[in-house]
Amino acid sequence: MRALLGDLASSLVVFLERLGAMTRFAGQVVAQLPAALLRPRLVVEQVYNTGALSLVIIMTCGLFVGMVLGLQGYELLQRFGSEESLGMGAALSLLKELGPVVTALLFAGRAGTALASELGLMRATDQLSAMEVMAVDPMRRVVVPRFLGGVIAMPLLTAVFIAVALYGVQLVGVQFLGVDQGQFWSQMRGAVEFEDVREGLVKGLTFGVACSLIAVFEGYNAQPTAEGVGRATTRTVVISAVVTLVLDYILTAIML
Amino acid sequence: MNPAGAGHAPPYAHADDVVTLRGVDYSVGGKAVFKGLDIAIRRGEVTAIMGPSGTGKTTLLRLITRQLRADAGTVIVDGRDVAGLDGNGLYELRRKIGMLFQNGALLTDLDVFENVAFPLREHTRLPERLVRNIVLTKLHAVGLRGAAGLMPQELSGGMARRVALARAIVMDPQILLYDEPFAGLDPISMGVVLRLIRSLNDALGISSIVVTHDVREISQIADGSYILSDGRVVASGTPGQLRDHGSPVVKQFMEGLADGPVSFHYPAPDYRRQLLDRSGVS
Repeated sequence: MRALLGDLASSLVVFLERLGAMTRFAGQVVAQLPAALLRPRLVVEQVYNTGALSLVIIMTCGLFVGMVLGLQGYELLQRFGSEESLGMGAALSLLKELGPVVTALLFAGRAGTALASELGLMRATDQLSAMEVMAVDPMRRVVVPRFLGGVIAMPLLTAVFIAVALYGVQLVGVQFLGVDQGQFWSQMRGAVEFEDVREGLVKGLTFGVACSLIAVFEGYNAQPTAEGVGRATTRTVVISAVVTLVLDYILTAIML
Repeated sequence: MNPAGAGHAPPYAHADDVVTLRGVDYSVGGKAVFKGLDIAIRRGEVTAIMGPSGTGKTTLLRLITRQLRADAGTVIVDGRDVAGLDGNGLYELRRKIGMLFQNGALLTDLDVFENVAFPLREHTRLPERLVRNIVLTKLHAVGLRGAAGLMPQELSGGMARRVALARAIVMDPQILLYDEPFAGLDPISMGVVLRLIRSLNDALGISSIVVTHDVREISQIADGSYILSDGRVVASGTPGQLRDHGSPVVKQFMEGLADGPVSFHYPAPDYRRQLLDRSGVS
C-alpha cells in the first residue's frame, strides 16, 4: 500500500513537472508570436503542411462519419416517425460535438504526429542545435510557425469535416433512405443558429491550440534517440486525445 | 608550445587568444566531465582537441558556443565571457562562430543551396542575386557548386560534411569549430576535408578548433593540440611534441595502443566468475 502511494506521489510530481514545463514552453511560444507573424510565408507553409495535407483523411473520415450518422439517426428517428428531423439532428450534433472532436482526434493522429516526429528528428540530428549555433532561435524559426499553422488549420479542417459529413448524412438519409429533401434542409436551416456555429468554431480553435501546442512541445523536448522520437509521437496522440475530450466537456459546460 | 601537465595554466596563454577556458568544471548527472579545465586557442591557428571517446570533446565545443553552461570557471570567446552574455549578446557572438557538426546537421527540408543560404537569409537582407553569388562561391570552395540543387538525403556522408562546411563559412566567421570532421569518411573524402580545414583557415584568416581522435590525419595540419583525459588536459603542444611526450596516457593515445592507462574495457566484474554465474545475465 505504501509502495502504491509512493508510486502515485512520484507520478503526480512527474505530471506537475511536465505541466510546469509545458506552461513555460507555452509562454515562450506566446512571446515569439509577434516575431513569427512578421514572416507569414513560414506560417503559410505550415498551414499547408498541417492543413492541406490532412484534407484527404479529414474528408474521407467526415464522409463516413456522416453516412453512419445518417443510418443511425434515421433508424432512431423512424421509431418516433420524425425522420424528417434527420438533417437538424445531424447538423447540431456535427456542429457542436462530433465535428470539432473527431477532427481534433484525426488532427492529432495525422498532423500532430508529423509535427512531433519532425521536431524530434530535427533534435536528434542536431538540426536545432545547428540553428542555435547559427544564432537562429529555433523557437521563432521552427516551433512557432508550426504551432500557428496548426492553430489556423484546425478550425478550417473542422469546417471542411462538418460540410463533408453533412453531405454524407444527406447522401444516406435523402438519396438512399428516402427522407424528404425539402424537409431535410429546411428543418436544418430552421434549427441551427449562429451560437451553434460559434460553439463549433470555438471548440475547433481551442482544440487546435491544445493539439498543436502538445505536438510541438513533445517534439521539441523529445530525447534525441529513435526511441525518444517514437515516445514523443505516441505521447502526442495520447495526450492530445485526452486533453481534447476533457476540454470538450469543459467548453460544453460553459457554452450550454 | 611546450608539453604541459594536468591542471596547469596553458603554457602559451596569450592576449591574442581567441578562446580561453580557465578552471572550467562541468558535470552531467553528478558525473564530472571537466575538472578545472584550462585551454587557450591562439588566433589564426588550427588547434586540435584530441582524446579518447567520452572525454567530453564535443561538450567542450558546446561550452564555447554556450549551448551548455560551465558549472565553474570562465569561458572567454573573442574577449567576452560567454556566461555574462544576454540573449542578444550571445547571438551576436555566435554570428562570429561557424560550427561543423559530426553528421553535418543539414536542414532536411531544404536543398543544398538553401541550406548554405540559410544563415544569410536569417541575418541579412541582401539582394537575391548577391545571396546567390555568395552561396555559389562558398559551394565552389568546397567543390560542390554542381550539387546546389540536391537534397541532403541525396548526398554522401563526405558531401554532406562539405555542404555543412560551406554553410559554416557563409557568414565569414572568425572561429570555426569542427566536431569529428573525419568520422565515417572514406580516405578520399577525409583527405579533401583535411585540406579544406587548413586552406579555409589560411585563406579566410580564421581560427579553427578541430575535435577529433584521428591523430595521424590532424597531425598533418594542426598548429597545436590538446589531449584531454579524465576531465583535464593531460598534454598540449605541437603534434611533434606530443609524439615525443613521456606521459603513458599520451603515448597510448598517439600510438593507438590497446594496453595503457586508458582501459579498453568498461569496468566490469570478474570475467570468469560472470561466465560461470548461473543466477542471471548481469
